Amino acid sequence: MNQKDIEKIAHLARLDVSEQECVSYAEDLSRILGLIEQMNAIATEHVAPMAQPETTALRFREDAVTMNGDPDRLLALAPACAHGLYLVPRVIE
Amino acid sequence: MSETLAELVRGLAAGQYSSVELVDASLGRIRRHADLNAFITVDEEAARAAAAAADQARAAGATGLLLGVPFAHKDIFCTAGMRTTCASRMLAGFVAPYDATVVARLRAHGAVTMGKTNMDEFAMGSSNETSYFGPVRNPWDRARVPGGSSGGSAAAVAAGLVPAATGTDTGGSIRQPAAFCGITGLKPSYGRVSRYGLIAFASSLDQAGPMARSAEDCAYVLAAMAGFDERDATASERPVDDYVGALSGDLAGLRIGVVREHFGAGLDGAIGSAILAALAEFERLGATLVDVSLPNSAASLPCYYVLAPAEASSNLARYDGVRYGYRATGYRDLEDMYKKTRGEGFGAEVKRRIMIGTYALSSGYYDAYYLKALKLRRLVADDFAAAFAQCDLIAGPTAPTTAFALGAKMDDPVSMYMNDIYTIPVNLAGLPALSMPAGFVGGLPVGLQLVGRYLDEARLLRAAHRYQQATDWHRRVPPLS
Amino acid sequence: MEWETVIGLEVHAQLSTRSKIFSGAPTAYGAPPNQQANEIDIALPGVLPVLNREAVRMAVRFGLAVDATINHHSVFARKNYFYPDLPKGYQISQYELPIVERGRLAVDLDGEARTIGITRAHLEEDAGKSLHDAVDGMTGVDLNRAGTPLLEIVSEPDMRSSAEAVAYLKTLHTLVRYLEICDGNMQEGSFRCDANVSVRPRGDSRLGTRTELKNINSFRFVERAIDYEVRRQIAVLETGGVIRQETRLYDADRDETRPMRSKEEANDYRYFPDPDLPPLMLTDAFVQDVRTNMPELPAAKRERFCATYGLSRYDAALLTATRELASYYESVVADGGLDPKLVANWVSGELLAHLNSAGLDLAATRVSAAGLAGLLRRIADNTISGKIAKEVFEAMWADGADADRVIAARGLVQITDDSAIESLIDEVMAAHARQVAQYRSGEEKVFGFFVGQVMKASRGKANPAKVNDILRRKLAP
Repeated sequence: MNQKDIEKIAHLARLDVSEQECVSYAEDLSRILGLIEQMNAIATEHVAPMAQPETTALRFREDAVTMNGDPDRLLALAPACAHGLYLVPRVIE
Repeated sequence: MSETLAELVRGLAAGQYSSVELVDASLGRIRRHADLNAFITVDEEAARAAAAAADQARAAGATGLLLGVPFAHKDIFCTAGMRTTCASRMLAGFVAPYDATVVARLRAHGAVTMGKTNMDEFAMGSSNETSYFGPVRNPWDRARVPGGSSGGSAAAVAAGLVPAATGTDTGGSIRQPAAFCGITGLKPSYGRVSRYGLIAFASSLDQAGPMARSAEDCAYVLAAMAGFDERDATASERPVDDYVGALSGDLAGLRIGVVREHFGAGLDGAIGSAILAALAEFERLGATLVDVSLPNSAASLPCYYVLAPAEASSNLARYDGVRYGYRATGYRDLEDMYKKTRGEGFGAEVKRRIMIGTYALSSGYYDAYYLKALKLRRLVADDFAAAFAQCDLIAGPTAPTTAFALGAKMDDPVSMYMNDIYTIPVNLAGLPALSMPAGFVGGLPVGLQLVGRYLDEARLLRAAHRYQQATDWHRRVPPLS
Repeated sequence: MEWETVIGLEVHAQLSTRSKIFSGAPTAYGAPPNQQANEIDIALPGVLPVLNREAVRMAVRFGLAVDATINHHSVFARKNYFYPDLPKGYQISQYELPIVERGRLAVDLDGEARTIGITRAHLEEDAGKSLHDAVDGMTGVDLNRAGTPLLEIVSEPDMRSSAEAVAYLKTLHTLVRYLEICDGNMQEGSFRCDANVSVRPRGDSRLGTRTELKNINSFRFVERAIDYEVRRQIAVLETGGVIRQETRLYDADRDETRPMRSKEEANDYRYFPDPDLPPLMLTDAFVQDVRTNMPELPAAKRERFCATYGLSRYDAALLTATRELASYYESVVADGGLDPKLVANWVSGELLAHLNSAGLDLAATRVSAAGLAGLLRRIADNTISGKIAKEVFEAMWADGADADRVIAARGLVQITDDSAIESLIDEVMAAHARQVAQYRSGEEKVFGFFVGQVMKASRGKANPAKVNDILRRKLAP
């Protein structure tokens, strides 16, 4: 894994990494990938993937409105808001 | 406070002391041993008020499984009105407007919240050194780590700051610190305890559980925590066993599987001897030992280091500085705000795992990494199913070493990850497991891991309890000033 | 070179549930910003999604209506990307295993029957809304819409013209409202359409590079956006250029499409199964229960209207355009055993004309089905003529009165008494002796003049049939 790979992943994950960090991350991640690639020692051609413990089927909730609490107390957590809106730097479509 | 939680429950019921007295004693010890850095937040006033209320309630005839017992929560559980940081700069000032289901249930059973315990940032770590609030020290040797990620809870219980605390376990984060600190910690079956309000690390692996001195204590706490929650779609609807009631009974006929692969290279020889001695004790108690094999367990570690980071990379995408939490300053535009906020808000290990997970899911690598790991997960789970056809419990070491020195593994993530080699397969399969003290090596506690069948926590706890009735490893306390 | 247009549509239909797909927050439109976003919608740490049963029922209802396969095992995945109106940093959506697959929809394109394939329909959550320049140079984010259930309906690239795309879209729009799974309000964004458009030399079997057109929020704009884009692509290709696969925004004010800046970079959505939601397993009983409660579908209703009421295909199509109109029609017919054809004329004529000119929905009609039935009964029993009935209808529309009250108050009851009509005719004949002579000398076309004069003299109330009879007898030489 090289610096360019790190830059690409860091962008996808929206992480600011300095050039210096890039070098150390490239090193760390290469080692971790080395560990991960031990997976290839085991053949899995006919194995069904298992994404989570298969212990329960998806349950439904009934279609009922259960809004509890004051929505304004959620807005109060925001780093920047005005007129009931969360504010972010201007987005251009 | 060297009493177990169960003893305190009985003492409170008998009127030997009040909750206010227990809470004051707990607060005194928390202050005296602040250098352990076990807590991120302590709310003395709220704790005293809750204790006074518990004493009043008891006077008015109330009972409650944990009424008036001092208790601590890992700082990964949301607590209404008390900040929840996940040991991250990202949430350093975050106060959730709601209680996690686990917190609400323990409170409903009368537990008095003393505060929030330190941990690895977003539960990513095996040494409690990735915390934004600094490392926790092991009460047995302050130059050593307490294990992680629930290191604060483990140290707090071991040092007698609180009789019990919650932890979470994604790849060993309850069991490994329990082993390093010489306490008993239980990771329940996936779905047994609600995840609502537990800040997600890897959702298909995370599970909350109790950390305390003894298996009996864990039974009390689990009884209060466990059960269906309509707010968690992965919660099991199966009825909860009577964990406390199930403690009595002997071990006659119990078949304990011993995993051949666990005693290979990588295991400290002295730890191996301690584990074998514990197994011999189980035989004396009426259990029989059978050899079992988990042939794919070696693949668990790489498999886990794909799946957990993959889920984490997505779970941690919500920390973007828009609706709550940290927001950087001095950004040029939206992209820059995202990147600086996340670049500054997360620590190095969290960023490493986000990047690994992002990479494993990205186009071109999905099949080779993520999908491959899902298939290995099936093989690991199938191994357990096959083993449990021959035995009722599986026993072995919790960790390959005892507590290591602070800083010893911080420069080498892979050697840090190796700590969880025995605990990780259990999370992949979604099974219950506990770690309990089973001896000392070089003055440091050794942990024995017991793994059970799905939702078979009662049998796990009974086995551990019988062992603890016959031994006193769990009663050893670190020599604190 | 002759070019062929290839179009596939992706429709996002907001499902009309009371609460959101994964949270208990309400879905009603138009609340003040962020007042309908709870801790799950804004993705606070630790919150978890739980699936709304009704959203699943609605998706299954749609699947059954388009003869699709209902997958008894479907999976919710996470689509990962960063955007301020996407609170979790991922959208929960079905990806590899959708709940509905391989359906079809019959479409009438100017009398020609066409079948458009439906590739899949899957459940997902809507995002919030970004309001650009809401506050001095910043974007404001309103998360009220975040978590509203959506059914994304993806067609095969089966359409060959913008007109065909519109016909498909209108048929789909009628269907979702019939099924009561979506209110179809395009202005409010309850029914949104993206179009995948490409062109290829006629006769080619390979598809050309497509562009995806977004933000087309009316039937008219769908047609115009596609037409513009087809012209643009042909122009590019004919001048030796290549089409870039990209997302383009339709600008209705300028009637043009342009590339979307925010979608410029290639996305890598890193889909994977959502670990917070186990697979969705539908039982046979669940699907059967939805099937049992299916409403009559538009095509079946149309056939039944032709067969039961003897209506033309045109009238049947008009009257079954919405479920509400069809039921209005049927209740007028049933209320008083009226001639279905007469009712059809009045519903598709006076009623729709008045609704249109007042800009009202049927729900807001000022003449109820019972009211119209009351009026038409007075035509059937000869109390009033059809012409007077129109006057009565006006009055009913204006003040909501019932027909009998209007007829009585205005003295509009028809004159059927022979002697009264005879005396009216006598007066008219006396006043127009010259025309009487003309008629009697063989100029029969003045007969109409007499009818008109008599009706005028009766202020329209004379029974036209009787006027004809008596007039013919009296004028006879």
